[in-house]
Amino acid sequence: MTSHHPTAFMSRRGFLRGAGGVAALGILAAACGSNTGRSPGGNGKVALAQWYHQYGEAGTKEAALRYAKAYPDASVTVQWTPGDYGSKLASGLLSDKGPDVFESQLNIAMVQSKQVVALDDIMEDVKDDFNENDITTNTVDGKIYGVRMIDDPQLIYYRKSLLDKAGLKPPTTVDDLIETAKALTTDKMKGIFVGNDGGLALGGPALWSSGGSFLTPERSPNFAGPRAAQAFSKLRELHTSKALLLGAPTDWWDPGALINELAAMQWIGLWAMPAIQKKFGDDIGVIAFPKLDAQGKDAVYSGGWTQFVSAKSKNVEAAKKFVRWLWIDKAEFQEDWCLSYGFHIPPRKSLAAKASKLQAGPAADAVRLAADYGNTDNPAWTPKMGSAFGDMLTNVIKKGADPATELPKAEKTVQTELDRLFG
Amino acid sequence: MSTVAESSAAESRASAAGRPARKGIRGTNLAFWIFVGPFTLGLLIFAYVPIVWSLFLSFFDARNTVTPTDFVGLQNYVDMLTDPDFLSSMVTFTVFAIFIVPLTFALSLALALLVNQVRVARAFFRSVFFLPTACSYVVASLIWKLSIFNGVRFGLANTVLGWFGIENIAWLSTVDPPWYWIPLVTVRLWLQLGFYMILFIAGLQRIPTELYEAAYVDGAKPGWQIFRFITFPQLRATSVAVLILNLIAAYQAFDEFYNLVGNVNYARPPLVYLYGVSLGSIQDLGRGSAGALILAVIIMIVTLVQSRIFGFGKAE
Repeated sequence: MTSHHPTAFMSRRGFLRGAGGVAALGILAAACGSNTGRSPGGNGKVALAQWYHQYGEAGTKEAALRYAKAYPDASVTVQWTPGDYGSKLASGLLSDKGPDVFESQLNIAMVQSKQVVALDDIMEDVKDDFNENDITTNTVDGKIYGVRMIDDPQLIYYRKSLLDKAGLKPPTTVDDLIETAKALTTDKMKGIFVGNDGGLALGGPALWSSGGSFLTPERSPNFAGPRAAQAFSKLRELHTSKALLLGAPTDWWDPGALINELAAMQWIGLWAMPAIQKKFGDDIGVIAFPKLDAQGKDAVYSGGWTQFVSAKSKNVEAAKKFVRWLWIDKAEFQEDWCLSYGFHIPPRKSLAAKASKLQAGPAADAVRLAADYGNTDNPAWTPKMGSAFGDMLTNVIKKGADPATELPKAEKTVQTELDRLFG
Repeated sequence: MSTVAESSAAESRASAAGRPARKGIRGTNLAFWIFVGPFTLGLLIFAYVPIVWSLFLSFFDARNTVTPTDFVGLQNYVDMLTDPDFLSSMVTFTVFAIFIVPLTFALSLALALLVNQVRVARAFFRSVFFLPTACSYVVASLIWKLSIFNGVRFGLANTVLGWFGIENIAWLSTVDPPWYWIPLVTVRLWLQLGFYMILFIAGLQRIPTELYEAAYVDGAKPGWQIFRFITFPQLRATSVAVLILNLIAAYQAFDEFYNLVGNVNYARPPLVYLYGVSLGSIQDLGRGSAGALILAVIIMIVTLVQSRIFGFGKAE
């Protein structure tokens, strides 16, 4: 009994110490245990994590899960990311806790900091069946780093009936576009919606419509000339025309503003075609961003998503095999992904030729416009350059700054970045 | 056996004297570590390690990596201090602080005075005004952005303006005049007024009633005179704390800016800019870290200067 006393005391202490330790560990475990989207592979299969941004169309997530489950050679876990996918992906790529396979757009910084591996070996025999632009946009120094999953032309959708009522034809120049937007503006509806930021998405198209480009083929800045300045001034003019919808509950990539009749025209991608047609039927047409003037050229932005393999993956070879299987070999999945939810142009020429849903009506027009006037991303244009360009546009469009003074600033940042990247 | 009995007795004597002996001290240590340990550990891992890591990163060219090898000395600091965008984010912050700090101070003090005067349902009013503090900045920002201050006719603010025949305003997109400050300032006011109000109420309740009685006897008029010469001076310690906390909170503004206007150069406080540089798509962790440390030093200096001027922590 007497010997009990110290023992009991010690055990209570021991218990408390243990409990404290466990509690602390629990807190740590809860805080550290981030979900990498990768579960341990069952049946001795390799485990792969595949990251997607959130596609807006119903059924896309289920489809992605279905494809992953159907893959026989690895257990693939899909991580579906609503919100700021770019930032999440960027931090995911800093360690091997991130994705093995992910979708994104290529820029040269990803290659130089060794975040992605070259995929020439899995692309070799099918390269010629891909749209040339989809190869160029994923090639750095002669190596292909990604397999294009979908092509998403972005252009202007308009309501035919509203134009007819106003006695107007679809605009063919930027000035026309501004006038049309003004004419279609009523007290209930604005003429056009190009994003709540006032039209940063139109920066590229406006530049191309003036005949310019972000970079020359020799990789020097090509967006700061007088014609480009004129094109950016037109965006300012559109912004101050009172015909632009601003502060909409959804942004430009969502068909909400057009469908809810907040605007008569909208800048958006082909992906929204099914949703828009469901609401308006035949009352929809598409045009490219119209040329600045007679010397300019209509412009469509051919965006899209590309599949990459993370260089930090522990199973690079298995990841490559999976990418090959899903985005090259499994044609029925690619068709499903491109045509069953939102519309996207299949990057494979053989599949695009068979895509009957894209061969009639405004979808066919969009495909044709993309082929004639499409501009793809240049991998040498990095996010840092993009951010300098975006700041320049914000100053011009929103603050009414003179492009002639803003452009040299952006050009300087871009040149510094180019010097650093290419020496 | 007798040894044990003796030591027991010694212990109980010690306890009786109100000074726990050997066991008590150990007990205190244990309890101390149980309560403080997990938080210290958390602070260490999630605050101090990242700070030290930031310091390390800030001396390297750390693009797209957290384990850089290219030492660049103070170059990142030089770059940030000469970066017009970083400097303009400081200006944005200053403008924001000019609006938010005095407004929060005056309104939360006014609320505290009113709630403290209420005779019925005081706890109810206190809770009602305090409740928004429990709401997340992100949720509140979304409500502000999507339902109250959206730019179309069915937004709450535009509906109200519509009654008076005023045209829709695109609150968050209009730079000239800078309407976006209204949602930005009001959302923060709504979220934090209650918290500072509680601080002021606590301060008010610590003012001895004798002071008011004496003032009354001396013929001071209730209202402004009493407030000016008794209440406000007595609230000195609380006021200083509120000012300092408020200014630090303003420096750390991120959530409502990021969610309401995004990373735009006309309303970009330092944290949003640094987020864009280091954690967004640019992934320049070296410069981002340098900027974060510059900001931390500025907050520290401002707080120290402020404490020195106002005498924070001195006896009332």
